[in-house]
Amino acid sequence: MKQVYAVPKSLQPQATHYCPGCTHGIAHKLVAETIDELGVRDRAIGVAPVGCAVFAYDYFDCDFQQAAHGRAPAVATGIRRVVPDAVVFTYQGDGDLASIGAAEIIHAAMRGERISVIFINNAVYGMTGGQMAPTTLVGQKTTTSPAGRELGHAGSPIRIAEMLATIPGAAYVARVSLSSPANVARAKKAIRKAFDTQLSGAGFSLVECLSTCPTNWGMAPIEAMEWLEKNMIPYYPLGEFRTPEGGASNG
Amino acid sequence: MAERKLFKGNEAVAEAAVRAGCRFFFGYPITPQNEIPEYMSRRLPEVGGVFLQAESEIAAINMVYGAAGAGGRVMTSSSSPGISLKQEGISYIAGAELPCLIVNMVRGGPGLGGIQAAQSDYFQAVKGGGHGDYHCIVYTPSSVQEMVDLTMQAFDVAERYRMPVMILGDAVLGQMMEPVVLPDPRPTDAASAGWATTGARDGRAPRLINSIYLKPDELFQHNLKLQARFEQAKAAEVRYEAVNTDDADVVLVAYGTTSRVCRSAMDRARAAGVRVGLVRPITVSPFPYQAIADVARTARALLTVEMSLGQMVEDVRLAVCGAAPVHFYGTTGGIVPTASAIAEEARKIAMAEVGK
Ligand SMILES: Cc1ncc(C[n+]2csc(CCOP(=O)(O)OP(=O)(O)O)c2C)c(N)n1
Ligand code: SF4
Ligand SMILES: [Mg+2]
Repeated sequence: MKQVYAVPKSLQPQATHYCPGCTHGIAHKLVAETIDELGVRDRAIGVAPVGCAVFAYDYFDCDFQQAAHGRAPAVATGIRRVVPDAVVFTYQGDGDLASIGAAEIIHAAMRGERISVIFINNAVYGMTGGQMAPTTLVGQKTTTSPAGRELGHAGSPIRIAEMLATIPGAAYVARVSLSSPANVARAKKAIRKAFDTQLSGAGFSLVECLSTCPTNWGMAPIEAMEWLEKNMIPYYPLGEFRTPEGGASNG
Repeated sequence: MAERKLFKGNEAVAEAAVRAGCRFFFGYPITPQNEIPEYMSRRLPEVGGVFLQAESEIAAINMVYGAAGAGGRVMTSSSSPGISLKQEGISYIAGAELPCLIVNMVRGGPGLGGIQAAQSDYFQAVKGGGHGDYHCIVYTPSSVQEMVDLTMQAFDVAERYRMPVMILGDAVLGQMMEPVVLPDPRPTDAASAGWATTGARDGRAPRLINSIYLKPDELFQHNLKLQARFEQAKAAEVRYEAVNTDDADVVLVAYGTTSRVCRSAMDRARAAGVRVGLVRPITVSPFPYQAIADVARTARALLTVEMSLGQMVEDVRLAVCGAAPVHFYGTTGGIVPTASAIAEEARKIAMAEVGK
């Protein structure tokens, strides 16, 4: 009988603390599969953020450091400079990366730091209970924007992938969605490309993953997936914004 | 062979760090310590090391965290406003039990303050600075030679106790030039081999560098472990110098640049017939409480001198515990106290005490 699925070796066989229907688990699996495929588990060093994924190190079966809120790219830089042949990745939420850690991500990209960044954009601060994030959509209700995010007051949501794609050191920048089997398959390809980019020495790579937070969105998992596709994808278009070959493709 | 050379304080710290095996430096420019990163940017590539100018002090200290966690012998340097920015990272480094060296060439504050020498970051350096139950080991050199010696030692101590070590200098010490004997370079040993995240190679179990313990009992145990290690440092690492304390009526207590001025003040006072001594803490964390308690038993009074409005004096009072009066003389904002003013202060105190 042909085996069609197995838990990636780079994941520890245990249940996660993520809420039912949360896409963090999908992102973990895609990263672990990539590490398995590349055979780099023994030189992979992950950096966990402050956010719902703070315990990512409990799930991945490789070395990990846990960073202060937003500082994962700086921590990864320190690791990268000490262990030149390591495969270094950060896993960061949108509050972590796009708000408090905005400077660190821009400058890691600017240096062309050979790290791969998995950026989980779920449009809220998940761990602290669903407050407004820099990625929260205009009109989206959160616990700190109870009437919906107001453009004139809080400004417009930040498009990280597009912004980082303007930086020459960012060799691979893509946005994917974890909302359907087809999109997850595309996400897998993008994460693989991000790690390939790092291994080839081309520079910094980042995959922005549109994600759901059913708990703080107040939706059932499927409803959350639908909301993501209907509301997030139009504002956050999917595609590759920068590739080592110099191309970009949307869609 | 050890060589003797004229060195500026900041550059001496940098060269000593390289000779101590430090191979990674992350920093951000700020006066009056710029000669340290500038020197490192030239010197580290020569020995196969990495100098990286970070986008901020926050990034720099977190690069230190990552590098230390990956087993690198690593340091950063800054001055007061920049050290404030590093405090979150220092707390994480302490929590994650990582060794590193942090140099603070203190300037006057608060806020942007000035760029001249001050000792007003004592509380921040000694009483934590960042959040949580932790301590750093803090050295207070008073000469360029001592900066070299303490820098060489700092990395070993940081690795022995797995905690951040700070050199608390100031603008005067960083800028002054003195002849120094530079020790021979030492190889970096693999003190981190048992715990650093370098990749789970050859079948070893994955490792983790972190500071999160959500279960209260686990955090309690973790903090007890950190505290126990600091207790060991208290027992083994306290350093100070006591001069002319045996017969002194008034004992000056001062560290760093101020202790140099106090030494001249002591000589002046003695020449004028006032019996003055000096205790100079070389570590301010752990603090030489016992040494100061001892002089308080024989001296009539103590006079703490600082380039602040009174920070270390609180520890001196704790040490003395009412056994003798503790006076304070301080200048701040970048003003170095003069030997004549300190000698005069000591004379007045001696007169008043003898007259009692
Ligand atoms: C310096 C600091 N500020 C604030 C917090 C509180 N905090 C913890 S998680 C978090 C938000 C995380 O949101 P995000 O990065 O979007 O991750 P998610 O939980 O949504 O995956 C915040 C603000 C903190 N731990 N440290
Ligand atoms: S709070 Fe949201 S992001 Fe966090 S685990 Fe639950 S669903 Fe996922
Ligand atoms: Mg989020």
